[in-house]
Amino acid sequence: MGYKKKTIILAVIALLLALLYIFYDLSGNIDYILPRRIIKVVAIVITGGAIAFATVVFMTITNNRILTPSVLGLDSLYMLIQTFIIFIFGANSLVMMISEINYLISIGAMIIFSLFLYRFLFKGEKNNIYFLLLIGMILGTFFGSFTDFMQVLIDPNEFMVAQDQMFASINNVNTDLVYLSIIIIAAVKIYFFRFYKYLDVIALGKDEAINLGVPYDYVVKRLLIIVAILISVSTALIGPITFLGLLVVNLAYEFMKTYRHFYIILSSIFIGLIALLGGQFIVEKVFTFDTTISVIINFVGGVYFIYLLLKENKKW
Amino acid sequence: MVDLKNVFKSYNKKNVIEDVSLEITKGTITSFIGPNGAGKSTLISMISRLIAKDNGAITIDGQDIMHTKNNELAKKISILKQSNAINLKLTIRELVSFGRFPYSQGKLKKEDNEKIDEAIDYMELRDIQDKYLDELSGGQRQRAHIAMVIAQDTEYILLDEPLNNLDMRHSVQIMKTLRKLVNEMGKTILLVIHDINFASCYSDQIVALKDGKIVKQGRTCDVIDKCVLKDIYDMDIDIKEIDNRRICVYF
Repeated sequence: MGYKKKTIILAVIALLLALLYIFYDLSGNIDYILPRRIIKVVAIVITGGAIAFATVVFMTITNNRILTPSVLGLDSLYMLIQTFIIFIFGANSLVMMISEINYLISIGAMIIFSLFLYRFLFKGEKNNIYFLLLIGMILGTFFGSFTDFMQVLIDPNEFMVAQDQMFASINNVNTDLVYLSIIIIAAVKIYFFRFYKYLDVIALGKDEAINLGVPYDYVVKRLLIIVAILISVSTALIGPITFLGLLVVNLAYEFMKTYRHFYIILSSIFIGLIALLGGQFIVEKVFTFDTTISVIINFVGGVYFIYLLLKENKKW
Repeated sequence: MVDLKNVFKSYNKKNVIEDVSLEITKGTITSFIGPNGAGKSTLISMISRLIAKDNGAITIDGQDIMHTKNNELAKKISILKQSNAINLKLTIRELVSFGRFPYSQGKLKKEDNEKIDEAIDYMELRDIQDKYLDELSGGQRQRAHIAMVIAQDTEYILLDEPLNNLDMRHSVQIMKTLRKLVNEMGKTILLVIHDINFASCYSDQIVALKDGKIVKQGRTCDVIDKCVLKDIYDMDIDIKEIDNRRICVYF
């Protein structure tokens, strides 16, 4: 089967799932339900697309197929921000209630944090990506512990609100934020296009990329900023769900069996959509909203991750 | 012409390369020899801008490598490092195609495909061009990488220990190919090499390094000399002349 055919098959499955999700059991107040469902699908498409895309780029830069952008500590930072707001202002405060403000604060903080992290790390000649990952992991753990600390101190009822934020959920996504996210993600992707041709070469490794005329440091810095923005936007929109990236990108590599980023990016995005749409469908129809999508994604992702470890283990 | 003037490089305040000045003329094979840790790989990595120098100037055909566009430089100079562990599922042909990136920017044209075919034929990889890299033997993989460098079609080719882990037959084969590239296509080749007999038999010029400094540079017959080698390796090396070739006996 050719790469094109495989990609088209994935696209068709994703499309069918989207239609199924929108039109399944459509009864009652259609004027209300239909737009709600469509906006959810749009939210899924932009977040799933952004996460899959960012993870492909991140894995290529780090030359590693089990690292996801979550090691940069953005998820933990998001949780820290949410908990901090509740800790300072309370769960019923304006900042918590008006999701636009919350969204902008979260995105702003995450992007500023990543820029600061990169600026600090890329100073001078020290541009080792593994050093960046190490710092990201340490800060991520620090944020996590700090979050725990504050959660212990707050009122149990407010803790419930904080806990809700911990899991990604598409059940009550805000329409205005979806539009805003579309604009940001579209802008970032347009900016990305000039770097697109370098991805295949960067996957060969740093030395080969420089040898073949890629302005390596320049390109990698900008790609990392793109990754940070995409992850920030999707996390602020539906919550921390970067684990999805690990799952879908590896599935894409397994399924496509190619190194070409054109196909890997497209198929990762479609597999991401299939996972999210299918997952959300199960959340709503099987579990009747008893759980959130990230629980399902994390469960399936975790099982696949163990499978990956066992498989790699056998090779040695 | 590759021209180095007073080049310095240090890691943690320890000088790895100290005041190296060097001129390499076109159309020759230059071998860099010396004991482990002499700075050979560092030097060759600096010439190919993989690592930055601390001080001094490196120019290629009069252009400073730090102020030349990356893409232009990639059409002029290529490097093959000793550890080329690529963890992608690539076939030989796909790897060789990457050599055309400076010209094609990822979109292969007819001319690029011709160059790729040429390079594959040159390294006699035609029969196995669709095999994956992880299915190859060490010698085949090394030939595939050299084919990629040939497809890149640069005037200057830098190789960091190209004979590493190869048996005699493959080593000789590769050195003969390099010689052919110089004689037939007018390339200029710089290589780091450990086996001084290979350096002696195949190079026009030898640069001997020790502790980051040049001990001796010159024509092969000047460097492959009992006193000079004693200076470099701290070892008594007997030199025998066989068929006009200087062979070192150091066992």
